[in-house]
Amino acid sequence: MIPVLLIVVPLLSGLAAFFIKQEKAVKSWALFSTVITLVVSLLGLTVLNKAANLHADAEWLTALGSRFTVGMDGMGQVLCLLTAVAFPLILVATWNSSYKNAHNFYAFMLLSQTGLMGVFLAYDALLFYFFWELALIPAYFLCSQWGGEKRIAVTFKFFIYTFIGSLLMLVGIIYLYLHTPDQSFALESFYKATLTNKEQGWIFWLFFIAFAIKMPVFPFHTWQPDTYEQSPTAVTMVLSGVMVKMGLFGVIRWLVPVLPLATWLNGDTVALLSVIGMIYASLIAMQQDDLKRLIAYSSIAHMGLMCMAIFVTSPQGMQGVMIQMFNHGINIIGMWIVVELIERQMKTRKMSELGGLAQQAPGLAILLVIVALANVALPLTNAFIGEFLLFTGVFNSSVSKMGPVFAACGGITIILSAVYTLNMIQKVFFGNTNTLTGTMKDIRFNERLVLGVLVIVILVIGVYPRPFLELTQGTVDTILSRMIIKHPS
Amino acid sequence: MNAIVISAIWGVVMMFSGIFSKNNAVIRGTALTGLALLIVVNVMEMGGTSLFKVNVHGMLYFDSFSLLFNTIAFGSTFLYTLLSGRDMDRVGRSTPDYFALIFFILCGVAISSSFNSLLMLFLGIEIMSIPLYILTGTDKRNLKSNEAALKYFLMGSFSTGIMLMGITLLYGAKGSFNLEAIALGTGELTPMVSAGLLLLLVAMGFKVSAAPFHFWTPDVYDGAPTVFTSFMATVIKSAGFIAFLRLFDDAFGEMHAQWQLVVAVVTAATLIIGNITAVFQQSVKRMLAYSSIAQAGFMLFALVALNELSRQGLIFYTAAYSVATIGIFAVLIKMKDYTFEGFNGLAKRQPVLAATAAIFLLSLAGIPGTAGFMAKFYMLAGAVANGHVLWLVIVGILCAAISIYYYFRVIQAMYFKEGDAQEMEVSGTFKALLVLLAAIVVVLGIFPQCLLDKLYYFF
Repeated sequence: MIPVLLIVVPLLSGLAAFFIKQEKAVKSWALFSTVITLVVSLLGLTVLNKAANLHADAEWLTALGSRFTVGMDGMGQVLCLLTAVAFPLILVATWNSSYKNAHNFYAFMLLSQTGLMGVFLAYDALLFYFFWELALIPAYFLCSQWGGEKRIAVTFKFFIYTFIGSLLMLVGIIYLYLHTPDQSFALESFYKATLTNKEQGWIFWLFFIAFAIKMPVFPFHTWQPDTYEQSPTAVTMVLSGVMVKMGLFGVIRWLVPVLPLATWLNGDTVALLSVIGMIYASLIAMQQDDLKRLIAYSSIAHMGLMCMAIFVTSPQGMQGVMIQMFNHGINIIGMWIVVELIERQMKTRKMSELGGLAQQAPGLAILLVIVALANVALPLTNAFIGEFLLFTGVFNSSVSKMGPVFAACGGITIILSAVYTLNMIQKVFFGNTNTLTGTMKDIRFNERLVLGVLVIVILVIGVYPRPFLELTQGTVDTILSRMIIKHPS
Repeated sequence: MNAIVISAIWGVVMMFSGIFSKNNAVIRGTALTGLALLIVVNVMEMGGTSLFKVNVHGMLYFDSFSLLFNTIAFGSTFLYTLLSGRDMDRVGRSTPDYFALIFFILCGVAISSSFNSLLMLFLGIEIMSIPLYILTGTDKRNLKSNEAALKYFLMGSFSTGIMLMGITLLYGAKGSFNLEAIALGTGELTPMVSAGLLLLLVAMGFKVSAAPFHFWTPDVYDGAPTVFTSFMATVIKSAGFIAFLRLFDDAFGEMHAQWQLVVAVVTAATLIIGNITAVFQQSVKRMLAYSSIAQAGFMLFALVALNELSRQGLIFYTAAYSVATIGIFAVLIKMKDYTFEGFNGLAKRQPVLAATAAIFLLSLAGIPGTAGFMAKFYMLAGAVANGHVLWLVIVGILCAAISIYYYFRVIQAMYFKEGDAQEMEVSGTFKALLVLLAAIVVVLGIFPQCLLDKLYYFF
């Protein structure tokens, strides 16, 4: 019931939005729809939190053995909540932006929410693939139509990249499907697929490349900074806050438990790639002058850490990934909102041209500093909980012998992230004002509201993460039990 | 049988309709009636009602596969006539003759989808081809149209000769034209049989424009009047594939393992050549010609895999490909400038046209949620199930990724580039029909079983 609503509400309201030609009206309509989605998702977490409400199943392609099976476990609930929270926040934060052909813009936004929800809810591989692509198409249109100067070429690169990944995954899905005992696309049947070690090995890479492009993990990350830079900020928030989680989610739901042996065998290789990516991205982030690119590279570093923790499997690490997926989404959306505010008023994102904003906009400065500190994973912020679990997990891993090395190298990136984040705060908010930044005004009510909500979430999770940890415990246990069964001792 | 007789009769009716009425609308109406009648009688036959009791002595064989394809072909032609029938008037003055030729082609389609004897295959293919040579050259005063017709005719007759040679060799080896007789005892390839098989492969490869026998395709598709290119690239190409599959499945299915590699190489070549050349085209019409070669590569997967999944897949592919191609050509016909730049800014001036064209292009590119995805899915699944040609699957998906490039160029031009779109007159009915076609594409993409279930049970 709940999962179906989460897909249907944004889908129908998105299709309807194509026909609401007035900008104000369609804006309100989109906000209304996303709030409804949020309410539904919150109801699913609280009042209606029963197994019967959280799963739905219907006939779809019977001849092929694919069914419309949707459901939420702990991880699904967390990510659906993230999607449901992110969209209204994004819409409120960018309320003052005006778009040409606004009805198309908001319709595509809602459709991309549909795709994201579907990805997080699908329990059937073909359905998962459908939604995986459906999330991409609206993003393609959003970026190419409302993006920056170089948008068409950049978005095209992004699209082709992810499309090749998806097709590789499709081959993997088909192969697994043909090797299931009952010729079915259901996740349960995928668990039972009989494969030799060699087959597991190459299917692992087919899946992993698709997910790695989405996350993105080094060396598949080259589309990401350009796309983040060129997209309109609202879309960048969707891409970086929610859409990249599709990659991590895919790995946790469709790769690790389905191909445990290959995960175990290739784990160190992937973790090594992640570590290289983390350090590399952090070093580049330190050199950036453009705020958007800085955040883009910082995001690569953070995603790398989560990817590493999944593949250096351990209970704490898994738990850390679950909560950090949510935290990363919240924090990065906060960062983008600040960038958007600065860019809209100053017409520049170059740190070298900014300075002294704290004097002009104290409210903005306070909120930014909290969000930025969360990005550095300072204690009391949400990211501290997540990253602490991640590092403990990596360090203590019984699966990988390289755990401490990975943890140490990853630890360096925490220091680096402090370097570039604090450097950014210093350059943008402190120092002397120049002629440009002297005109800066403080933030308006709606922006204050959104950032305020984000800061509250950051602090609450930072102090009291227990509900989240309990929520995802079930998923972690299931996945690890699948790993241990196949774990060659 | 119903369809073969009725289409032949209606072809004659159309020929004479020009005498009784000079009004093209009446003639179009007659043609549409004929097409509707064809669909009805064919569906009746699917339900088991045959109007004509003819003893064909086992030379034709009507099964659900061929009948379902006939329905798809007639249905596509019906939609095509509704959408683009008006544009035939602009080609020349003999609208009744064009329709007569189309009905004769449909007769050929029905024969070549249900042949059970090599003679019938030959007849079917020829009945399809000869009217087509004429249709290609209908734009009499256009040099390119003339060139295309002549080129098509010469190359076509050459390939017919090759086909006849192949048939003769097989007859010499087996003493029969019947497919079952040819299949009997051909577990091993004797030189004569393999020579016959190869010649047939070349001839059929020519008809479906598989590389390296594809050279005529871009010139002919480009030179022919766009209305007829649309028909040529959809119904006729699909029929060629159905005949191709039927021939190789029924007659040579036993020795599949021995010719699989040859067909796989042809498939890979078709995919690569079609896709890569399409990337460099400046005209959308020529791009679509190369894209049709590329799509042919995907349809050839059915022959490489030759299992139940890919048989279903081919039927579905013909439907998905025909509907999307007819739609995109219908939009193209309305344009005066066929270059990519000609599409700039179309979304602003003609939002309905642009949106539906985008759906057709997404379908051709194989994006989930459209029929094209399910079609490609079946083809890939068939090939993976076969297990021997995983390399071809990888080639296939890389080519599918390349195809994104040229299909999305049109979408980019329509939506993201500024430009003065050309003036064009489009009626409300035309838009409604395009929306209907787009709806078919989406529905087939989400519920492919509403078509495929008809293979197994009717009603």
